[in-house]
Amino acid sequence: MLSIREISKTFNKGTVNEKKALSHLSLELPDGDFATIVGSNGAGKSTMFNAIAGSFITDEGRIILDGKDITFEKEHIRSRCIGRLFQDPLMGTAPHMTIEENLAVAYLRASSAESSSPMHRFLQGFCRITKSEREMFREQLSHLGMGLEDRMTSPVGLLSGGQRQALTLLMATIVTPKLLLLDEHTAALDPATAQKVLDLTQKIVEQHHITCLMVTHNMHQALEMGNRTLMMSGGRIVLDVSGEKRAHMSVDDLLEEFSVNAGKELDNDRILLSQ
Amino acid sequence: MGFFTAGIVQTALEVGLIYSLIALSLFLSFSILNICDLSTDGCYTLGCAVGATMTIAGHPVLGIVCAMAAGACSGFVTASLQTVFGVPSILAGIIVNTGLYTVNLAVMGFSSNLSIFGKDTVFSMIAGLSDAAGWGDWSALVLLLVLVGAACLLLWWFLGTRLGLSIRATGDSSPMVRASSINPGLMITIGLCVSNSLTGMAGALIAQYNKMADINLGTGMVTIALASLIIGETLFGRGKMPARIAGVVAGAVLYRFIMAIALRLNVPTEAFKLVSALIVAVAIAAPAAKEMLRFQMEKRIGRRTRARADAGDNPADKEAR
Repeated sequence: MLSIREISKTFNKGTVNEKKALSHLSLELPDGDFATIVGSNGAGKSTMFNAIAGSFITDEGRIILDGKDITFEKEHIRSRCIGRLFQDPLMGTAPHMTIEENLAVAYLRASSAESSSPMHRFLQGFCRITKSEREMFREQLSHLGMGLEDRMTSPVGLLSGGQRQALTLLMATIVTPKLLLLDEHTAALDPATAQKVLDLTQKIVEQHHITCLMVTHNMHQALEMGNRTLMMSGGRIVLDVSGEKRAHMSVDDLLEEFSVNAGKELDNDRILLSQ
Repeated sequence: MGFFTAGIVQTALEVGLIYSLIALSLFLSFSILNICDLSTDGCYTLGCAVGATMTIAGHPVLGIVCAMAAGACSGFVTASLQTVFGVPSILAGIIVNTGLYTVNLAVMGFSSNLSIFGKDTVFSMIAGLSDAAGWGDWSALVLLLVLVGAACLLLWWFLGTRLGLSIRATGDSSPMVRASSINPGLMITIGLCVSNSLTGMAGALIAQYNKMADINLGTGMVTIALASLIIGETLFGRGKMPARIAGVVAGAVLYRFIMAIALRLNVPTEAFKLVSALIVAVAIAAPAAKEMLRFQMEKRIGRRTRARADAGDNPADKEAR
């Protein structure tokens, strides 16, 4: 369960470039909720993700994940229980390392679980990839349905964007995260591949019952995926629909709701084109 | 073998093997971690000074261990400047390199050179192990082969462990590392400590090999090591990890052979730094030059075949007419 309480962030405070990116944003996301987020450029979607992931520390407010206050925790500590995918498929993987090695790095989260002692963790650092881990990686890769299980010793740099994004998805979820952040993770893929990665996302999120936030610029996706839709504007959440209301909502309704709530038209080419 | 005498080959192999440790150090910092660590010169001299001082005190083996520890400390300082204080990596190396000059002088008791003639070194100890004919001549090479072989094996093993994989990922994709619970600062620190301990080890070995230490011994070492590294990577490719590591060692030995040839061709020793610089430039430029040549060849062949097609050799063309 993710609980964001009144967080604010202003960049370049006190200069002409001052930008209030998040303003008293609050959000309660119960376990297993899968919320899609829409909003025009500069609405604060990515800033909110960065705040949750710990790229910077917020000016005000608190972020609580699974009962633990992570407001001031460092990024790499938070990433033990937060999985994240970026728009750029090249960002989530190491191109010169093999598929197997990439998965092994992602699987480090399992050993950095808080239960193990620092000494134990230190000694585990000197373990190589075991046979059972390799088998587990192979099995998990086969679920992606891309034939990657037979290319485990190929460098990731040789894979296509879609394959890399699917691999990144597997890496982010190979140790079930408490929260999964998807930042337009299919926007750079061709429509057919994007659909395939979306299907995989849905399958994995449902299978492991992962709490998930997904930014998208596709209004259909925003209403079809998950069980809840949020709309952001000016660093706040201006619309939050779920259940019956969302089930009967059309893209036009969503756009109209937005203009009512934000007091302006949704001004993003990509959103208009994707209607 | 008129050009090369056995002695020249032997010396090139021995010194090449010692230098290969520095090339391996740069392999870790430059190729794997993607950090330009310019503290190599000072760190090598530091290993040399520590190794010589310990040898004079009568502990040649401990001298190598201490030189490695000293190298690791130097790496720790370079890494801390980068990760904790945000100093750009090239600058951090230069700063440490400058500071090390004084440290090195201090280690050598504020004299600019030390002689360890008449003292037991690891090489004299190995040579004294057996009276067999030829052992005295080849024991140093055998010892160096064992040491460098062990260093290669350990490095290969280390880079396959979880820690090693995390270090590799840190140099390969920083967004990925931040998203996967690895502390990049810690990985850079560990990587540079291991890398500089190899440089320190090379320093201690060369001190005992030459039976002396000199404050200016390390000058230009980073270029030589870079040349070895790049020769290795250019000639032996960037395949799997064991091949890459072996390629680096082969590159360092090959570099010594090129220098041996230069020596045989009576190139004056004063010009050696220029020769090293040329070798580095050529080695780095080689892939681009190869690509350019290939493109020119393809263009020429392509022009010829298309010209032939235009002249009417192509049946499809005739039909069209």
